[in-house]
Amino acid sequence: MTPLIDVDWWALGPGLALSGGAMLLMLLEFVPAGRNSSRGALVALASLLAAAACVWRVHEVKRALFDGMFVHDTFTVFFTLLFCGIAALSVLLSWDYVKRMRINQAEYYALLLAATLGMIVMSASNDLITIFLGLELMSLALYVLVGFRRSRLESNEAAMKYFLLGAFASGFLLYGIALLYGATGTTHLERMAAFLAGSPLLSNPLLLMGGLLVLVGLGFKVAAVPFHMWTPDAYEGAPTTVTGYMSAGAKAAGFAALLRLALVALPDLQASWKPVLIAIAALTMTVGNVTALLQTNLKRMLAYSSIAHAGYVLVAVVAGGNEGAAAAVFYLAIYSLMNLGAFGIVALLGRDQDEPVLLSDLAGLGFKNPALAFALTIFMLSLGGIPPTAGFMGKFYVFRAAVQAGQIPLVIVGVLNSVVSIFYYLRVTVALYMEEPAGEPTAVSRSIPAVIGVVVSLALTLWWGLQAHALLEQAQRSVLGLM
Amino acid sequence: MTLPLLWIIPALPLGAVALSLLLGDRLGRRGTAWLACGAVGASFAFAVRAALALAARPEEGRSITEVAYRWMQVGDFSANVAFLLDPLSAVMILVVTGVGFLIHVYSTGYMAHDPSFRRFFLYLNLFMFAMLTLVLADNLLLLFVGWEGVGLCSYLLIGFWYTKPSAAEAGKKAFIVNRIGDFGFLLGMLALVTWTGSLQYDALFSAAPQAFVAGGIAITVATLLLFLGATGKSAQIPLYTWLPDAMEGPTPVSALIHAATMVTAGVYMVARCHSLFQLAPISLEVVAVVGAATALFAATIGLAQNDIKRVLAYSTISQLGYMFMACGVGAFGAGIFHLMTHAFFKALLFLGAGSVIHALSDEQDLRRMGGLAKKLPWTHATMLVATIAIAGIPPFAGFFSKDEILHGAFASGHYGVWAVGLLGAILTAFYMFRLYVLAFRGGSRVSHEAEHHLHESPPSMIVPLFVLAILSLIGGWIGLPFQRGGHPFERWLEPVFGAGGAHGTMRPLSPMIEWLLIEVSVVAALLGIVFAFRAYLKDPSLATRLRERWPAVHRMLVHKYWVDEGLDALVVMPLYRASQRLWRFWDEKIVDGAVNGVGFLFEGFSVGLRLFQTGFVGTYALFLTLGAVALLLHFLRQ
Repeated sequence: MTPLIDVDWWALGPGLALSGGAMLLMLLEFVPAGRNSSRGALVALASLLAAAACVWRVHEVKRALFDGMFVHDTFTVFFTLLFCGIAALSVLLSWDYVKRMRINQAEYYALLLAATLGMIVMSASNDLITIFLGLELMSLALYVLVGFRRSRLESNEAAMKYFLLGAFASGFLLYGIALLYGATGTTHLERMAAFLAGSPLLSNPLLLMGGLLVLVGLGFKVAAVPFHMWTPDAYEGAPTTVTGYMSAGAKAAGFAALLRLALVALPDLQASWKPVLIAIAALTMTVGNVTALLQTNLKRMLAYSSIAHAGYVLVAVVAGGNEGAAAAVFYLAIYSLMNLGAFGIVALLGRDQDEPVLLSDLAGLGFKNPALAFALTIFMLSLGGIPPTAGFMGKFYVFRAAVQAGQIPLVIVGVLNSVVSIFYYLRVTVALYMEEPAGEPTAVSRSIPAVIGVVVSLALTLWWGLQAHALLEQAQRSVLGLM
Repeated sequence: MTLPLLWIIPALPLGAVALSLLLGDRLGRRGTAWLACGAVGASFAFAVRAALALAARPEEGRSITEVAYRWMQVGDFSANVAFLLDPLSAVMILVVTGVGFLIHVYSTGYMAHDPSFRRFFLYLNLFMFAMLTLVLADNLLLLFVGWEGVGLCSYLLIGFWYTKPSAAEAGKKAFIVNRIGDFGFLLGMLALVTWTGSLQYDALFSAAPQAFVAGGIAITVATLLLFLGATGKSAQIPLYTWLPDAMEGPTPVSALIHAATMVTAGVYMVARCHSLFQLAPISLEVVAVVGAATALFAATIGLAQNDIKRVLAYSTISQLGYMFMACGVGAFGAGIFHLMTHAFFKALLFLGAGSVIHALSDEQDLRRMGGLAKKLPWTHATMLVATIAIAGIPPFAGFFSKDEILHGAFASGHYGVWAVGLLGAILTAFYMFRLYVLAFRGGSRVSHEAEHHLHESPPSMIVPLFVLAILSLIGGWIGLPFQRGGHPFERWLEPVFGAGGAHGTMRPLSPMIEWLLIEVSVVAALLGIVFAFRAYLKDPSLATRLRERWPAVHRMLVHKYWVDEGLDALVVMPLYRASQRLWRFWDEKIVDGAVNGVGFLFEGFSVGLRLFQTGFVGTYALFLTLGAVALLLHFLRQ
């Protein structure tokens, strides 16, 4: 007798674990707990661990679930693990931060899990509808998380802006999906590719427009210029741990969906996409880096920096093919870790509810708190692409893929940008080691979970720089699922 | 002989860094000094052991690779963390650890009263680690790790006295200017790996002749990009401006990093990649011309500087120019030879200058020195040796190496380069003896207060000076000219640079012309020396008269041709303004506007709807739409 539904429950495990965890957390709200209870974080960690364990158990197999709308392949496995890792680190960094900021509610972690599930769905979707579903699940959770400090005006403002613009961008995406469906008669990525293969319809304006609007929608999520305006405001206003989480996770999820879409469904559209992507990549790197130069607010600076990093990933996407896709995946993993680490340290600054985020607040910390300053310095060097950190390996691999794909001018723009970017990353180091604080040096809050989170990010940032081999191999394996 | 244990050479200083971090201030000053010097001294011992092991091998087997681990493997491209010992890297590790050790010892005296004693040696050891990684790497990627590492340490050490704003600024400048060079280096590496598929020296150099058309555009561009990297690190035109500012760092740092070792990394890299450069004659010409131009240009600026360390800084730039000149004309061996002798006498000059500065309570202005010969006899004697060596008087070290460079330029038919080099030699002798005379001879112009504290430096500083003085005297003898089949140094480097090495592509000169060349260069040096004595000792009014005769020239030299100001106006300010414009546009017009708007609204009423209509979020949405429209238009045009 055949089972009622033919489902690989392990492959579906992350979804079950995360939604189960989220629901449990919501229910937990009814059981009173102290203001400093850690149960929310513990439940969240447990669900993330369960999700990762499930997907790891079946990481060798390939499955298509729900009539092929959801695939479980090497690509899904890689990103599921990455998202679980990002979320777990964010939980560690948030652990005491939320208590300090008086926002220690179970919903915080429930939303975090929901957003993570959305990201996983985005990376695993083999259908435009499920991509949209995942994207909305992630976005709605993030809108609330950005505004989670209800008593703070900036937090509200950021959430409102992010929400309005996000809704606007979703409109573009949905309209694009509709047009693609109209042009090809399907929303399923593989069927779309089969329909388009060798079809004379490739220059159909409906199809081109559809593809383009989808690009706008995803471009918004990864904060590519000119769809990036929300980024500095949202990043600055959001609770710092949320900023770290979304700067890593949401970006990676957007790129995961974009990569699958570009490589599985629309490989034949590459020719018409390429010039657009090249322009967007060059603009994104340049605007991000040049604007970051003069920022005095650390969170805002890192926001612009994260825009620039989206540009580097786009360079890899432009390079295309096996190498390009692997480079993009590789870079996303590295970027996520170093960026999370940097935001994690920012979240550690300050005591109680105050949040020092100006560059000048870092003055003198180099000697008052050498370990913290050292870690922040490494993250900055890595973001700036200085060897032997992981950031260098990421850039090297991205640019190498692009050179091999013949994108020489774009690589020159990219390398030039990474030269410019050093300037503002260096300002952080200068503030740490070479400036005297105006009064007392900034206080650093104590939090063992957050320190563990930072140390893990730091160790990986260094390890992947010294021993890039293992991660590269995984990145290459992951994109084999798409080819 | 067993394996030479190459990895331990860079690992020792790194271990000292780790230990110092772990133990912290419990180590005390003595402990710190012993740890730092001991690690570098042990490195030197291992370097000697490795070099001896190498020398014991037959000539064709003088290349030992030690793989530490597989770094990465991507398709057909792989890179290892691996070390290469061959005659070239052997010379480099000996110079780096040897001179480095002496400077470490000197620093224990020089920095004795500094509150950040431990931090200083921490950075210094970290530098040694990076530099040794750089010269021992067996592929360009690992070399780049060291390359960036030394840059970082240089930045930390220039800005060591960070409470001085000028020091912090100088550190930043050095780092950023170097990044411009790195931009070239990175692109060059990417080009090489694309065409040859490898960055490992052996594979790269053996694949290059097949992968590239000799003299073609691809190899020319790739090597020029590498050379751009070298101009950054080795302070050549156009990226030399950071080096004079780098003198803000403690003087032992100037000696170690900005004279003897780090700044020669560019020369080393070009020499290491000589087989690539030989495929691109145009690039070699560029190297020769840039080297010669820098040698002359920096020497002219050196004529008019009054800060003792700045004179030495410009002199370093000029001497590095000579090394590139040698590489450019194909005399790579001569370039490395000069690199070595220069490390001896320039380190000595800087350390001597440090001893003077130390004795005069931090006075660096030559106009407030004078007559120090009697007060500081040891410093004076050793400085004099170094000054003669750099001026190029036989039998001091600088003579042999500089002569070999000029010889190479002449023999390869680069008569223009040779003439520029000769002119530079006159200027070098002149400004170096100007420095010597102003500091040590004549009447004292030392301020009262400094005069009061005047003292000769402690033995920990004098002994290294003494050792370096001996090396500056005899260090060149290994390269005595007129020997059949080349001199010992040349023969040592032969496995790297090929048989005939420096002279492979060169016309052999008759002994008579060779003698003539030597005589011309010695006469040139003597001319410079005599003129310096006349203008600054016998007849001080001569210098003044010259200054008054050509005030414009003097002003130009004092202001260093206004290059700093020019770069500021052409590069720094436009970038600054662009960033500010982008920033103002968003942050002030739109974001601040939005914030104010939102604030106002929260006080007021009908939040949601009005917010959407204030125009601020609307502006964002408008831009989003405009972006989408621009993309659409692009497609419709197709």
